[in-house]
Amino acid sequence: MKAALTRRYHFSASHRLHAPALSNDENARIFGKCNNPYGHGHNYELEVTARGTVDPETGLLLDVRQLDRFVSEKVLSRFANRNINMDLPEFRQLVPTTENIAIVIGKTLDDGWGDEFGAAGAKLMGIHVQETDRNGFDLAIGAQDHHHEDSVLNTSFASVTDLDK
Amino acid sequence: MFITRKAEFSASHVCRVPSWNDAANREVYGDAANEHGHGHNYIIEVTVAGDPDPVTGMVVDLKQLKDILEREIVQPMDHRFLNYEVEPFDRVPPTAENIALEIWSRLRNPISSTQARLHRVRLYETVDHFVDVTGEDFDT
Repeated sequence: MKAALTRRYHFSASHRLHAPALSNDENARIFGKCNNPYGHGHNYELEVTARGTVDPETGLLLDVRQLDRFVSEKVLSRFANRNINMDLPEFRQLVPTTENIAIVIGKTLDDGWGDEFGAAGAKLMGIHVQETDRNGFDLAIGAQDHHHEDSVLNTSFASVTDLDK
Repeated sequence: MFITRKAEFSASHVCRVPSWNDAANREVYGDAANEHGHGHNYIIEVTVAGDPDPVTGMVVDLKQLKDILEREIVQPMDHRFLNYEVEPFDRVPPTAENIALEIWSRLRNPISSTQARLHRVRLYETVDHFVDVTGEDFDT
């Protein structure tokens, strides 16, 4: 039998929403106070969901401590207590909206997932990034039966790239 | 249409495979294998699916759903040591995964006797750790 397990993680980081391709006036109009020049911070929450077969002996679908180490190494250690615009190369050009943060985190986890958990291990189904109590985003990664070319992740990347133009 | 009802129970458990020695259990479960157990405030979110009744406008009688959760889950599990007092956890480690699967099994038939059907069981072990079980988890 299968089940899906979700772990929630926390990191605090600062960001500024500013699209380099747009004028200062356009940035101020689109992003409002999120465009204030010196940036601001949030306590982000990250939920990571994996689905897999529940081992009949241990009752576990994955090793939670392994997941914690993996997420910590790939994401938390890079994002926690950082200025996302200035400290993370992915966001030199990409606006660090929560949508884009979710896409970058999702891609980072998805890229390393297979090596970490193996072909027979639990699958990464999706993530959720919460920026404030009122503001959260889901990213479905799952696509158990699909190849990466078809996954929501790449579709999302494509649509974001289009938006930036 | 989906509708979700929440319930809580507090219970203790220890995650151990009975036939394994202490070191092997500690290797897999860490502190959750501590011999005398520990407890959680478990929260369940039970989602049922159905169409609203054309007369009452209800997917399910929520009082009926509340009573099923109380009778099937909360009464047998609340303030119990799951390994010693609640089957099948004398034989099966009461991980969040197994507790969620057991809750699904206990709820499926009683809920199918209402006008709705069980869609998902979500079990929170802590605010940062939860498990979802849906019908398709039994198909694959």
